[in-house]
Amino acid sequence: MIDAATITIAIASGKGGTGKTTLSTNMAAFIAEREAVVLADLDVEEPNSGLFFRAEPVHQEVNYKAIPQWDESKCTLCGICTKACNYHAVIRLGPSIVVFPELCHSCYACSELCPEAALPMVQKKTGILSEFRTGNLHFIESRLDIGEEQAVPAIAKTKKYAAEKHPKVRLTLYDSPPGTSCPVIEAVRDADLVILVTEPTPFGLHDLKLAVETVKVFGIPFGVVINRYGTGNKEVDEYCHQEQIPVLARIPDSRRIAELYSAGKLIYREIPEIREILEEILNKAITITKGGRK
Amino acid sequence: MKEIVVVSGKGGTGKTSVTASFSYLGGASVITADCDVDAADMHLLLKPDFEYSEDFYSGEISSIDQSACIRCGKCAEVCRFDAITVKDGVYRIDPLRCEGCGYCSRVCPAEAIVNKERLAGKWHISNIRTGGKMVHARLGIGADNSGKLVARVKNEARELALEERADYVIVDGSPGVGCPVVSSLSGANFVILVTEPTVSGLHDLKRVYELVKKFHIKAGCIINKADINPEQHQAILNFLAEEDIPHLTDLPYDGQFTQAITTGKTVAESGSVRLKELLSACWEKVKKLTI
Amino acid sequence: MKIAFTASGTSWESKIDPRFGRAEFLVIYDEANGTLSSIDNSSVKNEAHGAGTATAQKIFEISPDVLITGNGPGDHASTALRHSKMKILVNAHDMTLKQAYEQYQKGLLNEF
Repeated sequence: MIDAATITIAIASGKGGTGKTTLSTNMAAFIAEREAVVLADLDVEEPNSGLFFRAEPVHQEVNYKAIPQWDESKCTLCGICTKACNYHAVIRLGPSIVVFPELCHSCYACSELCPEAALPMVQKKTGILSEFRTGNLHFIESRLDIGEEQAVPAIAKTKKYAAEKHPKVRLTLYDSPPGTSCPVIEAVRDADLVILVTEPTPFGLHDLKLAVETVKVFGIPFGVVINRYGTGNKEVDEYCHQEQIPVLARIPDSRRIAELYSAGKLIYREIPEIREILEEILNKAITITKGGRK
Repeated sequence: MKEIVVVSGKGGTGKTSVTASFSYLGGASVITADCDVDAADMHLLLKPDFEYSEDFYSGEISSIDQSACIRCGKCAEVCRFDAITVKDGVYRIDPLRCEGCGYCSRVCPAEAIVNKERLAGKWHISNIRTGGKMVHARLGIGADNSGKLVARVKNEARELALEERADYVIVDGSPGVGCPVVSSLSGANFVILVTEPTVSGLHDLKRVYELVKKFHIKAGCIINKADINPEQHQAILNFLAEEDIPHLTDLPYDGQFTQAITTGKTVAESGSVRLKELLSACWEKVKKLTI
Repeated sequence: MKIAFTASGTSWESKIDPRFGRAEFLVIYDEANGTLSSIDNSSVKNEAHGAGTATAQKIFEISPDVLITGNGPGDHASTALRHSKMKILVNAHDMTLKQAYEQYQKGLLNEF
């Protein structure tokens, strides 16, 4: 069915709550019924794809970042470090230099510019990466510790782990964080295809346009899935038609789907129509990725 | 003048619809601030006229003055973000990868690297169709939503409220639990938590409430799509009781919610009679609790 | 005693700025000689990140005995201020500095 070497599909959306996680989890479980698939939850601030599977944990490791650690015995309180830090993560409080790990971007400037080598870089835990397995489905997530703001390194690490651990699995899905800021860019930048999930409302259209602009910057092929179809209006359809953006599928609006989601259930197992839709998305997605980057 | 901030922890709970409804109900007595700058959608319902616009700069970005560059490569050596690439001996900084740490400029022997403020987007002051005014912003692609932009939008809204003698500033808060939310909450008199009875709804509600508690701000909770899952609904009610958070209202799962948005209206003006009543009663409650 | 306020202006009639990190001014009242002085904090206000710690460093340099503010410092800033012995009093928003000072003298402000 899938004949390309390996394909990575990022599932993204301009705003939260459009059904990104619903699509990622259902697609992954659906594909896993016939072949191996990797699902990586890259919404590291709030990963909740895992709520939809009963999977066995197979691996866990700590995610780290480098931060400076003050060595009082070497420090002369010259203040170079506090001026070198653009993020105010290293400040001087009276006779002490205090480091705020969550604010640190790991740029190394304070550490390497310190004339006394009094701020060596050390590893600091930022969260946990976990891998789970259920049948053919390999599910990987990273969860940032509360207060930790550096999502991008955790996303990069999770992608790297997925690729290195499962080089032979042909299909990898990314559940991306919402929005158009740095974390999203890190999540989609090296995907073969981006699926943008939206709703047929003015909100959906507005956020879709922003997401399309973002994806176009990287020249990644993309398609749209319109969720909750039947409610709202036709503007998203018209926009996709005008811009020649392929609409991969339209998932109908239904209270039943909302109920299944609220209970953490996979919808395609309860609603047969969704199976066909997932099959359609997958086939179209694979056809598009054959075209490659523009 | 009192400040009311609406937050939800995650997207898609109806936070923006609720905020816009209160903005509509408050009319000219309200200044509206859209601090959900990642997905700034409220303007679609309130029809702002963009009376005043200003560029917004946030953080720094480095760039290389090629005429001064001696091509020693020190900058690329120290950059931890792989933002500096070299091609045919020419060093360049990729703006989408640059974190603005400024380390490269500190080590450049030729002083060829300049740090400039990063153009992150625009912010606007508008008249809106409710008779009130609105402060809103739009971020550029790849720009990080920062506490600074949120603080700016809120600050302008506050000043405007004083000038216009408005009673309330209503803020559509940022999603998540990071720096922008902290900035949204800072200075608030009352917080409205919007949630939904789903497996992740309560979890996200708890996380964002942790922050609200830390700032000692009073809060109340609206449960949207309240009737889709009785079990989760009860779990939320239990949490509210434990934390002594007033339950402001339930809103039913209702197609009118989307229908209102589609016609560019707020739910409070074109939702079903039931929705309108619930929202009006809720707004009165919020005003009483905001002291 | 030295009392510091986060303020939106520089006089006794100015309002308390409820924000800590991005407060407009830091106003200091020295009870010993009755003088009111202020520090413009607007450069910090314009920082994209780390406004809280940057302001904390300034407060630290002033080293007041008491700090009166609105919502209270965020996580990072309060960690920083814990390095000192100053008393932090919160919930003074909507008061002028004068009102806040009077409330403080009556012991009516909450400790952070």
